[in-house]
Amino acid sequence: MRIGIDVGGTNTDAVLLDGSTVLAATKASTSRDVTTGIVQALDALRAQRAFQPGELTAVMIGTTHFINALVQARDLAPTAALRLGLPATASLPPMVDWPRRLVGAVSGRAYLAHGGHEFDGRHIAELNEAELRAHAADMAAHGVRSVAISSVFSPVSNEFELRAAEVLAAELGPDVALSLSHEIGRIGLLERENATIVNAALRELAAHIVDGLIRSLADYGITAPLYLSQNDGTLMDVEYARRYPVATFASGPTNSMRGAALLSGLGTCAVVDVGGTTSDVGVLSGGFPREATTEVSIAGIRTNFRMPDVVSIGIGGGSLVRETADGPTVGPDSVGYRLTEEALVFGGSTLTATDLAVAAGRADIGDPGAVARLDPTLVKAALDRIAVDVADIVERMRTSADPLPVVAVGGGSVLLPDDLPGAGGVHRPDHFAVANAIGAAIAQVGGEVDRVYAIGSGRREAVVDEARQEAVDRAIAAGADPAGVRIVDFDEVPVPYLPGNATRIRCKAVGDLQLPA
Amino acid sequence: MSWKLGLDQLTDLARGAALLGTGGGGDPLIGRLLVEQAIREHGPVTVLDPEELDDDAFVIPTAMMGAPTVMVEKIPSGAEPVAALRALEAHLGRTADATMPIECGGINSMIPLFVAARTGLPVVDADGMGRAFPELQMETFSVYGVPGTPMAIAGENGESVIIDTGGDNKRMEWISRGVTVRLGGSSLIAEYAMTGADVKRTAIPRTLSLALAVGRAIRQGRENHTDPVTVLRETLAGTIYTHLRVLFSGKVTDVERRTVEGFTRGRARFTGHDGHSTLELRFQNEHLVAVVDGDVVCIVPDLICVLEGDTAEPITTEGLRYGQRVTVVGISTPDLMRTPEALDVFGPSCFGLDHPFVPVERLVPEAP
Repeated sequence: MRIGIDVGGTNTDAVLLDGSTVLAATKASTSRDVTTGIVQALDALRAQRAFQPGELTAVMIGTTHFINALVQARDLAPTAALRLGLPATASLPPMVDWPRRLVGAVSGRAYLAHGGHEFDGRHIAELNEAELRAHAADMAAHGVRSVAISSVFSPVSNEFELRAAEVLAAELGPDVALSLSHEIGRIGLLERENATIVNAALRELAAHIVDGLIRSLADYGITAPLYLSQNDGTLMDVEYARRYPVATFASGPTNSMRGAALLSGLGTCAVVDVGGTTSDVGVLSGGFPREATTEVSIAGIRTNFRMPDVVSIGIGGGSLVRETADGPTVGPDSVGYRLTEEALVFGGSTLTATDLAVAAGRADIGDPGAVARLDPTLVKAALDRIAVDVADIVERMRTSADPLPVVAVGGGSVLLPDDLPGAGGVHRPDHFAVANAIGAAIAQVGGEVDRVYAIGSGRREAVVDEARQEAVDRAIAAGADPAGVRIVDFDEVPVPYLPGNATRIRCKAVGDLQLPA
Repeated sequence: MSWKLGLDQLTDLARGAALLGTGGGGDPLIGRLLVEQAIREHGPVTVLDPEELDDDAFVIPTAMMGAPTVMVEKIPSGAEPVAALRALEAHLGRTADATMPIECGGINSMIPLFVAARTGLPVVDADGMGRAFPELQMETFSVYGVPGTPMAIAGENGESVIIDTGGDNKRMEWISRGVTVRLGGSSLIAEYAMTGADVKRTAIPRTLSLALAVGRAIRQGRENHTDPVTVLRETLAGTIYTHLRVLFSGKVTDVERRTVEGFTRGRARFTGHDGHSTLELRFQNEHLVAVVDGDVVCIVPDLICVLEGDTAEPITTEGLRYGQRVTVVGISTPDLMRTPEALDVFGPSCFGLDHPFVPVERLVPEAP
């Protein structure tokens, strides 16, 4: 048995799973301290289905806590960014393109030092340890508690980041956390560095949250290992989570999609997750979310995280419905968490999308009598509007002429009809409201490579094999069962204007978590 | 007629430059950040209309060469492009009165602005490609007799290299490409030093203004909920890039790329929203030719631009992904780029294409 928990901004959802069978499921309010909400969720699961802590083999948690901390600029540690690349890169120092407010929130200090590699592994400049020690002394003098280290072309060679980390660790002592860019991002110095600085700023919070999670499970008598979900739908253990909190940033929509895949039995489908304020539409391919190809900006900071390609529209259960001369409109504004006070079916005076679903007999929520007198023409027109808008997004996300089944999840999915225009039947699996917690519970572990290779004549096969093997090795190192690791994503893009058929290869391997017997 | 370019115009300019990159030219983003930082430190840049130049004014264009993919990782120190300019000035024994782009598409729209902000020199509102091209001899400067060399190349260690191949601009390209690889795959250059009279005779005028207007048109179209392509068409009608034709609307159904002699060559296929008609684009860094259902509808040097279906944001060949919904437009180039001499330097045959150049406004006669 395993437990999956999704700690969202509003709700904490939890499920108890045996294999892929849902034994119990619950939805509770998220607590300010995270851990209280988790204990409440465990209590609620136990009330539905008694279990002994010893029966659990793993607990998986997905949380938006870290991304929310960044967006709200709270609980961030005083952070320094050290970049190895001089004499190159001086024109755009670290955090140059950050919102000033966030630079202030992390007390951000930027340092440039010699080092870095060329695309082919040559050194731009040698590392200068005296220079690094001087920077370290300045960091210590300014109360820096976490450091992000980046080096030019570190995805090609991590040598300088590792050596600089040794020097800084010796100077600053064990209480200063070090985050290395080659472990966090891909090619694109500023974006990778940004992600690393954000990670560094979250390290103290990560330690605090992880300790809290471990403690609350231990207090519950649970000794099974704890994992956190990552952006790409794979898991990390708690030690990894302490060091890479930034890897949790997009786990919410990813878990929701992965859960939808399990519940519906469809590995390739569009998933529509209808919440209170928005509907998020993503596409699963082979059980994993398709990744966004564009850069992702979070709280005004450009990064190149692996994020799922999700399009959101402002239609949810709490969306306001208005009549206009051109027919009814739905959203994008929403009553949000005040749905249970303001919607007509809850005795309020605001016409919401949920009221439409109840009036049309699609849902049994609150008092159906309160919407009995709604004009059926209005109800139908507004629900049709929702169906057309959602169908349009689904259509846009399609990548081929092949039919793409649609799976609806989330509490607000009662708004959708049984057939979407142009997309066919809508799958509504059981337990659709807790798909995100299920997604957390079934997550796998993965490994990834993203690097520029020089492919000599006749060497392509060997280089491709090498990249694939490294991805597989990384997945196994992260805890995957070696028996079932497979490549789920492979992308090869030639780099123009470089000799030796320079080619950027991205490769991802995943496998089931190897659980202790 | 001169004007000031400030921070608030850079995003529009970068978007317009990406469109004029016609699929290549390198992402202007790093360039934009460089210029932003330089303008913050040194103030706005003065942009000169080419007609304002004295005939004997001395202009030294500046640019980056090499792999844009390298530059997003190994960002310049910031000293290199100015060092290249100074090295060429020292070699020629004459100081520049202004700098100028050699290429208005992609990242090279930005490098001269960076140089201008750092040195206080004005930048001339003109360039030598009128778009983006993959090689340094593919310049109207070159077509109409301005030698590219002496040329200066600078790297981040303060080193500079002077190349002089006389009037042979193809050989200049060949040698400088090798030096650039030694410098790590990207370098900053100063070349095609010329007089004001030569600028007026050989450059494509007002292409920085054009990029700015194009980027602004797309943004305003979006903001006003009008079709950005329509706004773009109206904007171009008043310029020397007079004709915009919508070549195709549909989805990317196949992309194939390979590296040949240091260039990304390949093709992309699109299927129309009707599910029947198809578009094939061939590219070598930049788009070369568009073929709809077997008929050539636009060919180099006319511009072929792939725009995101809803927002009209330009998409590069590297950014093309299966499933994207796009609008593909063809844009006519100025007469200076369509003469027999110009087509000998950057026409279809220079890219191994058999089809002769035919203006897009003749291939697709009626604006749909």
